[in-house]
Amino acid sequence: MVAVNDGMLSGMKYSALALLRNAFTGNRAWSPVWRYPEPKAAYDTIIVGGGGHGLATAHYLAKLHGVTDLAVVEKGYLGSGNVGRNTTIIRSNYLVPANTHFYEHSLKLWEGLEQDINYNAMVSQRGVLNLCHSDSQRDAYARRGNAMRLAGVDAELLDAAAVRAMVPGLNMDSARFPVKGGLLQRRGGTVRHDAVAWGYARAADQRGVDLLQNTEVIGIRVEGGRVRGVETTRGFIGARRVGLACAGNSSRVAAMAGLTLPIESHVLQAFVSEAVKPMIDGVVTYGAGHFYVSQSDKGGLVFGGDIDGYNSYAQRGGLAIVEDVMEMAVQLFPATSRLRYLRQWGGIMDMSMDGSPIIDRTPVEGLFLNCGWCYGGFKATPASGWCFAHTIATGQPHALNAGFRLDRFASGALLDERGAGAQPNQH
Amino acid sequence: MRIPCPFCGLRGSAEFSVLGAATPQRPAADAPIEAWHAYVYLRDNLAGAHEELWHHSMGCRQWLVVARDTRSHAVFSARACRP
Repeated sequence: MVAVNDGMLSGMKYSALALLRNAFTGNRAWSPVWRYPEPKAAYDTIIVGGGGHGLATAHYLAKLHGVTDLAVVEKGYLGSGNVGRNTTIIRSNYLVPANTHFYEHSLKLWEGLEQDINYNAMVSQRGVLNLCHSDSQRDAYARRGNAMRLAGVDAELLDAAAVRAMVPGLNMDSARFPVKGGLLQRRGGTVRHDAVAWGYARAADQRGVDLLQNTEVIGIRVEGGRVRGVETTRGFIGARRVGLACAGNSSRVAAMAGLTLPIESHVLQAFVSEAVKPMIDGVVTYGAGHFYVSQSDKGGLVFGGDIDGYNSYAQRGGLAIVEDVMEMAVQLFPATSRLRYLRQWGGIMDMSMDGSPIIDRTPVEGLFLNCGWCYGGFKATPASGWCFAHTIATGQPHALNAGFRLDRFASGALLDERGAGAQPNQH
Repeated sequence: MRIPCPFCGLRGSAEFSVLGAATPQRPAADAPIEAWHAYVYLRDNLAGAHEELWHHSMGCRQWLVVARDTRSHAVFSARACRP
């Protein structure tokens, strides 16, 4: 990585005027998007993990709480983990109240994100449609839709005719899994995932946050029950407060501070097909299996399914799930049967024991934890950063993440959206 | 990933279903609640060698303890859960 623009703030504001001016000057005047600073000896606060959640936390800490003596420590390059390894879907169609309010806050932050961070993240509210295939499933969706509307979230129950009109190409009349209708959230949609990491990183950098890439945390210094800083591959960096936002590696990093988490790491795969003409307008999810698909602006179908089911840190999955996902794609959209897929990748999910996240303090004073996102982490990025920033800055969880406590597994106040029990590979 | 089932030989992992870590030990019925909390909810979640319970659900239907590397998916060994 080339070190450029050391010590200088990269403060250029993006606008139509800037685009025009640079177009006429040969695009030579663009400033670097962020700095590559040397680590200071100590910071007030350190965020471990330069992914979506860590960078969003840094942005909101700097912007809303005035914490600018702040560094984000990242072992690779910014956004090299799950923020660039998902299917880019945003939605807030949850049933459990703690989740509904949190994800709705996230969706509202998505709606204002691009103005907030002055970065085009291609937020596209193209709608998320969950299909149902039986009467009982429609009842369950009616219940979920009602719960959402009671919480002020938009939800519409569609009948089969409305689904047929909305999603051409859908295998409506399959003998085994006929489509009976769907639950639609029109405000849901997709976001350009990498741009979220880059946009938050740039916004945080402009407020003076040091983004320390290629800096891996190899230890957490705790003295007398208080965090003192982090040991990294570039030496010790002191800090009064440390926030962990390490996704799939949460257990490994938390273990450096002596914590054992209610987390298992699992691999989740996603796929992109070759580009085809506009075919699927919004996001469609299958109700008879675990499958979700949307079409990117380039034309490729972006889709995913279940986790592989076994513990993994490998960032790549097995062929059994590839076959499973392709079968569901063809079952739902028969026209995809001869489509070739271009790319496939895996991300490491921090699967929690009840399928819901953790944003909380820890038994170590000054050490904060953000993990357990299962495969709902991307849509949660803004609210996760917003709530984690609040928790770190004030030392107390916000009302929005008051349910996401670390001790809920001991107290029994679980948030088990799916009702699968303490079995992370079933969430 | 292929698993050397001690009863059926080397078989593809698609024939198996996985339960999770094999190391947590069920506490005694009168153990303190903290022991039960740790048993039900807390996991070492190791990156590297990891012992897991797999069920040969599409084969001999025996429970196995499979030793595997969670970083590479290499399978080291599999033995019957109950001798």
